[in-house]
Amino acid sequence: MKRRTFLKGSLAAGVTGAAVGGGLLAPSMAFAGDAAATTDPYAATSVEDALKALGITAEDSDKITVTAPDLAENAAVVPVEITTTLDSAEEIIVMVSKNPTVLVAKFKLGETADHGVKCRFKVGKSGDVIAYVKAGDKYYTAKKAVKVTKGGCGG
Amino acid sequence: MKITMTASIAALAISLSSFTAVQASPAEDVKAFQGYFKSKFKDTKFDDYVNGIYSIDPASRKQWEEIEEFPPYELAMDDGEAMWNKAFANGKSYKDCFAGKLEDIRSTYPRYDEKADTIRTIEGDINKCRTDNGEKPLKWKKGKIAALSAYIAYQGRGKEIAIKMPSTEKELAWYNKGKTFFYAKRGQLNMACADCHVYNSGNSIRADKLSPALGHPSHFPVYRSKWGGMGTLHRRYAGCNKNIRAKPFKAQSDEYKALEYFQVVMSSGLKWNGPGARK
Amino acid sequence: MAKFKTRLKVKMKDGKVNVKAIMSHPMETGRRKDKKTGETIPAHFIKDVVVTANDKPVLTAEWSIGVSKNPYLSVNYAGKSGDKVKISWKDNKGNTGEAEKTVK
Repeated sequence: MKRRTFLKGSLAAGVTGAAVGGGLLAPSMAFAGDAAATTDPYAATSVEDALKALGITAEDSDKITVTAPDLAENAAVVPVEITTTLDSAEEIIVMVSKNPTVLVAKFKLGETADHGVKCRFKVGKSGDVIAYVKAGDKYYTAKKAVKVTKGGCGG
Repeated sequence: MKITMTASIAALAISLSSFTAVQASPAEDVKAFQGYFKSKFKDTKFDDYVNGIYSIDPASRKQWEEIEEFPPYELAMDDGEAMWNKAFANGKSYKDCFAGKLEDIRSTYPRYDEKADTIRTIEGDINKCRTDNGEKPLKWKKGKIAALSAYIAYQGRGKEIAIKMPSTEKELAWYNKGKTFFYAKRGQLNMACADCHVYNSGNSIRADKLSPALGHPSHFPVYRSKWGGMGTLHRRYAGCNKNIRAKPFKAQSDEYKALEYFQVVMSSGLKWNGPGARK
Repeated sequence: MAKFKTRLKVKMKDGKVNVKAIMSHPMETGRRKDKKTGETIPAHFIKDVVVTANDKPVLTAEWSIGVSKNPYLSVNYAGKSGDKVKISWKDNKGNTGEAEKTVK
């Protein structure tokens, strides 16, 4: 049974893939922080680098709730819900701290939308699912630790 | 694996010893089998066993409920519906092969066929319908056959598993073939289906919790997140066998058909609830 | 199996419109190797998603390879019966998908 994956080769391919994805944005979907972005945030391999690339600094807030399982049943499909009671919340950025591509999604909330979103993410290694919420001119953040382990039942 | 002799396990042991001594009837086997789980998982409602591990593990149940909010098998069900409604080249369609109401089809399988002396399964008959009408048979374990099976399963959701108790000599032969398979050790890891799914149900192997065998077949075909797609019951059987380093049998082989037959008999009284979503 | 299907559900829930969608898409990370050929499977993922109600944006999303295969999305908004809700998406290879439903 083949278990080894050759990380070196696959990492190079991964970065290319992320760059291809990150470069093409439809003009109607400009996100805050794009103007400040100097490097491709989707190429960031650490939360710090992603925040730098997005030009964001955020303060912790208890008005954001990241709901995700303590122990993911399947690391490739982790249901996550992010809600916030921050007034004028307009954008939610999601990162998964130990993923090879840390930045997983950005959501821009329309005027009538509830301040929340549900999605399913891949969590590569045990780490944090982190939400950054833009409200007014500032960014706020909260996170949830998610553990992933190797299961015993393949097939 | 300690086996403490409670009444339920004793009953199960008696039904197993039926191989050498008095033959316990399938009905008695069902009682012993279901009784074992009822006393092992006292807080689980009987009807909930169709939800597998989620019936006994609250943490993973929550994640499963999130997934069920918009189950990924719905994509396959749509495909299945389109297949069901499409005519074959000769003008006939699946409706001509499967008698009765669409919602009743699922619960008529598996069943013993006296003429052919075999067990008929839903996937088996899907392909029989195709070949009888000049169409190529589908691959057995995933893709289109799973999609159509998912559609039929969904239409039949909620119906009781009311399979006829094996009673004739031939029916019992198939039943015992499946029962033997279920309890026999196999593979390099020398384990039986029962080792994980009866005696160790609820326990963990690394990060996976073992589901109880009671209700196993009810939620198939299944969308497994691990597969990123749908699969049939026999696909899972093969996967499980490979897991314990045992040679997998072919889908729709006599071994797996007998096992399916046995498992459905053991799940009598529960409700069909396919298609399912699992990790 | 049909490629790139999009399934959308909309319903009134607690006075708001609940929108949920599932998209049939491999969301390939670009890191996996084909078991048979040993070649790396190129990244193929949904990049942009837009949800509108009566043509006004409710949610705009930008996704990366970190979103799960056959991705799911759910959002609620202040709407009413009769609203026309539409979801459309585009992936990194230019494929698109969409679905539309009217709130009952």
